Amino acid sequence: MNKMSTAHKSYPEALRPVGELIEGKQTYESITDSITSVVLERPNPPGWMLMFVIGGMFTCIYGMSLVYLFAAGTGIWGITMPVAWGWAIINFVWWIGIGHAGTLISAILLLLRQDWRNAINRFAEAMTIFAVACAGQFPLIHMGRLWVGFFILPYPNTMGLWPQFRSPLLWDVFAISTYGSVSLLFWYLGLIPDFASLRDRAKNRFAQLAYGTVALGWRGSARHWFRYEMASLLLAGLCTPLVVSVHSIVSFDFAVANLPGWHATIFPPYFVAGAIYAGFAMVLTLALPIRSWYNLKHIITARHIDLMAKITLATSMIVVYGYAAEAFFAWYSGSEMERTMMWNRIFGDYAPAYWALILCNFVAPQFLWIKWFRTNVYGLFLICQFVNVGMWLERYVIVVTSLTKDFLPSSWGTYHGTFWDWMTYLGTIGFFCFLMALFVRFVPMIAIHEVRVTHHKMTGEHH
Amino acid sequence: MTTKFRSDQPVNADFDAIRARLANKSGAEYWRSLEEAAGTPGFRSYLDEEFPGMAAAPLSSVSRRNFLQVMGASLALAGATSGCSRQPPEYIHPYVKQPAELVPGTPMYYASAVLSSGYAMGVLVESHMGRPTKLEGLPKHPASLGAADVTTQADILNLYDPDRSKEVLFNGYPDTWDTFIAQAKGALDNARPKGGEGIRLLTGTITSPSLTAQIDAFLAAFPNAKRHQYDPANRDNAREGAKMAFGEYVDTQYRFDQADVIVSLDSEFLCSGPTATRYSHDFATRRDVVDHHEGDAAGHGPSELVRMYAIESCPTNTGSVADHRFSVRPSQVEAVARALAEGVDVNIPSGELGLSADQAKWIAAIAADLTAHAGHAIVIAGEHQPAVVHALAHAMNHKLGNVGHTVIHTATVDPHAVNHTASLRELTADMAGGKVEFLLILDGNPVYNAPVDLDFRAAMGKVKTNVHVARYADETSDLCQWHIPGVHPLESWGDARAFDGTVSLIQPMIQPLYTGAKSAHELFSALTDKTERPSYDIVREYWKAQNLATDFELIWATSLAQGMIAGRELPSKDGLVVKNSLVGAYSAPVASSAALEVVFLADPYLGDGSNSNNAWLQELPKSLTKITWDNAIFVAPRTAQQLEWQDEDVVEVSLGGRSISGPVWIQPGHCAGAVTIHLGYGRTHAGKVGNGVGFNAYAIRTSTAPDIATGATAKKLGGRFVLARTELHYMIDGLQEDVTVRRGLVREFTQAEFNADSGIVHEGHHEPEASNTLLDPAEKKWDGYAWGMTIDLNKCTGCNACIIACQSENNIPVVGKDEVRTGREMHWIRVDRYYIGDLDNPKVHHQPLPCMQCENAPCELVCPVAATVHSKEGLNDMVYNRCIGTRYCSNNCPYKVRRFNFYNFGRTPLGQHGARALGNDNFTAPFGQDLTEAHVVPESIKLMRNPDVTIRTRGVMEKCTYCVQRINLARIEGKKSGQDIQDGVIVTACQQTCASHAITFGNINDPESEVSKRKLSHRNYALLGDLGARPRTTYLARLTNPNSELES
Repeated sequence: MNKMSTAHKSYPEALRPVGELIEGKQTYESITDSITSVVLERPNPPGWMLMFVIGGMFTCIYGMSLVYLFAAGTGIWGITMPVAWGWAIINFVWWIGIGHAGTLISAILLLLRQDWRNAINRFAEAMTIFAVACAGQFPLIHMGRLWVGFFILPYPNTMGLWPQFRSPLLWDVFAISTYGSVSLLFWYLGLIPDFASLRDRAKNRFAQLAYGTVALGWRGSARHWFRYEMASLLLAGLCTPLVVSVHSIVSFDFAVANLPGWHATIFPPYFVAGAIYAGFAMVLTLALPIRSWYNLKHIITARHIDLMAKITLATSMIVVYGYAAEAFFAWYSGSEMERTMMWNRIFGDYAPAYWALILCNFVAPQFLWIKWFRTNVYGLFLICQFVNVGMWLERYVIVVTSLTKDFLPSSWGTYHGTFWDWMTYLGTIGFFCFLMALFVRFVPMIAIHEVRVTHHKMTGEHH
Repeated sequence: MTTKFRSDQPVNADFDAIRARLANKSGAEYWRSLEEAAGTPGFRSYLDEEFPGMAAAPLSSVSRRNFLQVMGASLALAGATSGCSRQPPEYIHPYVKQPAELVPGTPMYYASAVLSSGYAMGVLVESHMGRPTKLEGLPKHPASLGAADVTTQADILNLYDPDRSKEVLFNGYPDTWDTFIAQAKGALDNARPKGGEGIRLLTGTITSPSLTAQIDAFLAAFPNAKRHQYDPANRDNAREGAKMAFGEYVDTQYRFDQADVIVSLDSEFLCSGPTATRYSHDFATRRDVVDHHEGDAAGHGPSELVRMYAIESCPTNTGSVADHRFSVRPSQVEAVARALAEGVDVNIPSGELGLSADQAKWIAAIAADLTAHAGHAIVIAGEHQPAVVHALAHAMNHKLGNVGHTVIHTATVDPHAVNHTASLRELTADMAGGKVEFLLILDGNPVYNAPVDLDFRAAMGKVKTNVHVARYADETSDLCQWHIPGVHPLESWGDARAFDGTVSLIQPMIQPLYTGAKSAHELFSALTDKTERPSYDIVREYWKAQNLATDFELIWATSLAQGMIAGRELPSKDGLVVKNSLVGAYSAPVASSAALEVVFLADPYLGDGSNSNNAWLQELPKSLTKITWDNAIFVAPRTAQQLEWQDEDVVEVSLGGRSISGPVWIQPGHCAGAVTIHLGYGRTHAGKVGNGVGFNAYAIRTSTAPDIATGATAKKLGGRFVLARTELHYMIDGLQEDVTVRRGLVREFTQAEFNADSGIVHEGHHEPEASNTLLDPAEKKWDGYAWGMTIDLNKCTGCNACIIACQSENNIPVVGKDEVRTGREMHWIRVDRYYIGDLDNPKVHHQPLPCMQCENAPCELVCPVAATVHSKEGLNDMVYNRCIGTRYCSNNCPYKVRRFNFYNFGRTPLGQHGARALGNDNFTAPFGQDLTEAHVVPESIKLMRNPDVTIRTRGVMEKCTYCVQRINLARIEGKKSGQDIQDGVIVTACQQTCASHAITFGNINDPESEVSKRKLSHRNYALLGDLGARPRTTYLARLTNPNSELES
């Protein structure tokens, strides 16, 4: 701890880290207590109730939208010709982007030995899995004929047909399913020791059985811990390229197409940066209220919040660099199509969306240079909402401006989401909140053993 | 065939016998044997058992299965059964190709005709198993020459329209034909002592010789009865103009293929009226540029192009292909015509015409050009221009010596040509005066479309007995005691004359779909003959009596096969002299800065409103405005600016104390100070499709100024009315024009520029080499057939006939107004329209756009399931069964020619205002609606579908296939005969119907094919060629032939 403090001196005042990774006088016992009590003692703070009820309500609305969608057809949405992709794909990319923070925090920060990740990785991973679950539904439901959607899988069939391996949509299938399963595995692996803790502390017979079952007979022996550490490391190694690959491949959906505004080599890095950016904003969006509802401010401390805000700021700058590069390339290419596209994006029918995006993703994060905004939960929460909206707008701008005005002016069109687009989108947000509510209620939302490791490193306390 | 007779009931022994007798019969014998078989008592009793009472039941109430059974049986018997009563044999004759026997799945083709404003339009009817499915032009018919216009082709949908009237109605309640005939005869008998006083007939234009003879006979029997004629879009102006010039009514034909200079005085001769198809064809022959690269060894330069001047008020397709277009107020056209007439030395009283110096300048240039091309020029006046303009045009043509060369006069095709407006005025006066006891309205819908000042509706109430015979129970039927369902020309025997007098024989292709329907022939027969004769007998006996030839049977059979009776065209009428005192002195129209002129035009597709319930026509985007499902008040940008109107503002136009309101549409190129309004909308009794679409312009149209009215006022009412357009961006959006020019989408040069440097077409546009691709070159080998297409922009007039041809051929659904508004129209081929240049008088370009069938198709690579793949003949095939509907292909298509079925468009019928049962704007609808009912397709529409083309379901991408079903058919035939497919054997639907022959299709691997030669032309360019998609469809740049004096 002291070592860390000295290192801070080289930072400029405004960026100097605040607080500690664990605050107050804590013991191993107190840490375990504060985390397991959320699950075992079932306090139901009003914030949680609100999240659960509203989330559940919108989950029902989502179900209803899907029933109507399948009964009537994708015509209930605003998609049309020439804008054949609309909110479904925008939402898909948005959710996938959000789903990036978890793996980044778990895997890359683990490999980089960033101890501060320990307090937030469980939470972020859960968020990742739920975001991927929301994201994964969109490519399915946006199909015109969901009932033959399995054609996209390379399975041996009587037609003797393979899918088209050149299509980025097929790559998506592999990328997302891999990402989803590895993330799930990694998350579950980390949960095993904590499930065992819950099993041991649970007083209720049913909870003991349930947690005992999912703890897979964890006894905390040295051999268990050794294997656990090795498996974590391997999975982290596996996950690391996935963090980069998934959103790169998602960006190929656009970059491979020949549409002006889509056909750009900048897309993969810029999409990955955008994903991390969006992911951290969403982690903050959830962490800020939840840590307060459950009095976990001593574990998810101002220090964590500050660090996450800094990453958000850094990735925002990368994203903004991407915007600038796009505009520059459009001009520098000399291509009439690209220039018209960029002009249209900035000044055309959808210019308000573009400028709102600049406001959200460029202007708003600049406040994070100021320490007050990084440490004040309300200020930071507000900025995170700008980021969430901004990242949705980014995909909206990319999808809609390029498609509405492409090559032939005769085909130019307009696009607007309909009531059902809204319901489907809000429905998945509700579904996501609903899952998060269940998660904090039934699963330790912070990795107990990892926070104890941090505690050990900070204090050197022994059992 | 025999499977049609299979039944769940015990098989009748007689039936087996019939089947045995039918076996091994073939050809013409086949029909006869069926009829003989049908004649046996055994078969008839079988039919009674099989379909008890079926023929008498209204079709609307039967299930699909029953319907098909009864149709199958009755069609196969082709007239052998009518209500299971015995009918004498009536032979129809297949055209040219007669299969050895009716092979299921192989269509038969019959020559027949449908009517366009009463004139015959020769058609070749494609008939699948007794169901007519498509109408194409009849190659030898003078009005068609193998092509067909929009309305002719769309007439097939009118046949199957589920909203047609199905039964005889008396005061709105079902009644019988026999009761009607008894009553009508009673009424006629009462009138007989007074010579039929009080009996009136109201018809439209009738060119049918046999029906005319029947009507004449009727009038002879009742000498005091009177026949009146009224068509709202009539030829009164042309007729009165001829009378003014020559002292009598004459019809005038133009030989556009002979003309070097054409002056159109507000005439839409290329895309309107029964002659448009022929004139488009003739005109295009003078726009046919062959440059020396097109495989011509002699290497001669382009032939001389025709030069056209269009002087018009509202922009037309004709004006859009003119070399020079001038925008003048509708009332000012007369002044221009006078100045032009003076310029070519026609002797008319001179006076101040009020023309500007600029106008005088171009008029002088045109006059000089006309004089220089005397004898090879045409001056043609628009149908809605007043008689004086027509008279001046006649005088100019005579003065220039064009008559006999480019202009031919004949007697009127309608033997009883009258002034329709005057005729209706007289009738209405009689009706209002209580002089009419018995009014028989044959077709027509005067309650809806009569001039409003005549108040026909009120006059109807003074008539004792009104009878309306029409295919729809419409506004007029609503006020008549009796309504008799009419037949469609494809359901009944008949005859009609084309614009040049050629007689077409109309053969029935199907039994009347609704048993109550009666043809006009049958009606008059029932009223006057002792026993009602079938149409067949009436038409046949009429022509038998004409002493056509010694062997009538032979000439009859030949004429039926040809669809025409040879040698009946009208002789040219020579020796007409233009009167000396042709026109009086010019009186300028009262000019008032506040007042507007109003031009009433029949809608280009819906006509006078008789096609209002035709969903194909409702959804067909208007050539220039791309508006569907509505009419609008067209104004010039300048007028709109002055009045502070925006597009879609609702405004009220008042004329003579009456007013209508509708949305504004700002039309670039429209003349200032006038509005143009199309007729045919605002119907209340058209049917589910046409009711309530648009606003009714007849409400301010008077008999004194039916075409051009002056002194109208307009005011903004506030509010907006959203129009459904298929092209959203147009020249008011400046970006569109810039992009169009910079990307070289449409390329136009003057003939002089092109002759000087033919490379000009490709200047500044780079098309990468074929090898310039990352894809495996082995995939891009085309060594067999390689299908390709060229579209000659020099010939395209933007008439949209190709869209309807494609819709009919490929079973393309109609989506309704709301869906068009969202952008979901399904047309596989569209005709893009680009405006370039001056907002007040822009150049207009038409560009038909089917699937480009790219060799490096961008759509194929992105489809995750390989549902769109390349055939080895270079077609970009769409595998509907494999498609999962990701729509990625459409995103990646640079031409946006792919269409997605967002709902089950082929299955959800259209309701009120053309709305879909499941709309996306009104999200409350689905919960209040019966979803099962919403998915029912009208039974009759199913019969219309082309069985060779799959009906696509919801969630599937679809697009132009180059009519792959026709290619496959040719390939099968080729394989059977062991020969390669010859050039010209495969004709795509769009190509087939193009009167201008702008579309060429064929094998580009064959250097001798027409399409290969055209692709060698220097005019040939690929749209967006720089993308390297290598489209198989390419365009031939447009060349104009402007007058150098007017260029500066």
